[in-house]
Amino acid sequence: MAEAALKLGGPKRTSFMDKVMEILPEGGNLNLCLTCGACSSGCPATGIDGMDPRKFLRMAALGLDEEVMKSTWAWCCTQCQRCVRACPMGINIPALVFNCRASWPREDRPKGIRDSCDAALKTGGFSAMGASSEDFQFVVEDVLEEVREDQPRFKDMLAPINKQGAKYFLNQNSREPVTEPDEMVPLWKIMHMAGADWTYGTLGWAAENYCLFLADNESWEKIVRQKAKAVDDLGCEYWLNTE
Amino acid sequence: MRKTFGDDVAKEMRFVVKSVVGEENFIDMQPNMSNNYCCGGGGGFLQATGFQDQRRQYGKTKFDQIMATGANYCITPCHNCHSQIHDLNEHFEGGFHTLHLWTLIALSLGMLGENEREYLGEDLCECGLEDIAE
Ligand code: SF4
Ligand code: SF4
Repeated sequence: MAEAALKLGGPKRTSFMDKVMEILPEGGNLNLCLTCGACSSGCPATGIDGMDPRKFLRMAALGLDEEVMKSTWAWCCTQCQRCVRACPMGINIPALVFNCRASWPREDRPKGIRDSCDAALKTGGFSAMGASSEDFQFVVEDVLEEVREDQPRFKDMLAPINKQGAKYFLNQNSREPVTEPDEMVPLWKIMHMAGADWTYGTLGWAAENYCLFLADNESWEKIVRQKAKAVDDLGCEYWLNTE
Repeated sequence: MRKTFGDDVAKEMRFVVKSVVGEENFIDMQPNMSNNYCCGGGGGFLQATGFQDQRRQYGKTKFDQIMATGANYCITPCHNCHSQIHDLNEHFEGGFHTLHLWTLIALSLGMLGENEREYLGEDLCECGLEDIAE
């Protein structure tokens, strides 16, 4: 059955894609598409919810803003960048998708991501699971003590917290201290064996930042800046991200 | 990774993995390095309420890639990948194990403790335990 033809043309107006192009370096090359399909053929999100990266881009290029902006597919692209690599024109489709996410009213964005972002904003460590810095410190110390007692080879192992001037500031995905604390131990052992001078910090200890995935730019930036400040305040040379 | 560090860091990872498990025990997936596919755990997908089916549909590409290697263990150095691939294995009944890289590094150095072996299969879960008790 034939669908009604799309009517294009009419007076020129600023589309969603035009606006995104203004804020991207080189306009994200968004208007250079050759429609070759290399992006879609290697995108694992192709076919989900009837969408694929080329279709998403073409719809935006055609000014079908309403359809693009309400497409749930924006939450199914993981921003993996494979399409950018495959694209002969270097088109930044994930940046278009990201800005589509950002165009959603915050309260309509997927609840789990929003909750993770909000939880992080409420804790000193920016933990998306809402773990407090006190709990984090308690778990680290508790697990360390057990290892030092039970495993003689590691009786001198350290898991320093807030060690001023340590060379490496190590952060930790919240899932370990919260749900599987023993999984932190192999990492400590590797650092111990390598003789690394490292530390955790009660401020900004959590590795994750879901405000990025929520496309809440303001909160994302705030978290990154405060985490970086925590590293600087301890005088550490390197920030090691375990994610 | 793909955008910022590229193939150089992918090669370094392979150097570490091969050093740990032995060259002959490493099976790369296809395609690999910068041409590899994302597992589908990132970008907030794992946390996105109401997107479970889409997340697994996305991950099926990665699952098929892993199955094609025939390997018993899949190494996931990132936490999101670990959660996603662990879930894909259970959902699609892959029958392989999903391991954090630190588990393998510590195991190969003979320093993996008893409580740190959650993700090892029967073939490896006792390996080197006597060393650690000394
Ligand atoms: S790979 Fe690039 S040029 Fe080809 S269809 Fe996709 S966006 Fe367009
Ligand atoms: S960045 Fe998004 S659109 Fe591009 S390949 Fe990855 S999932 Fe697909």
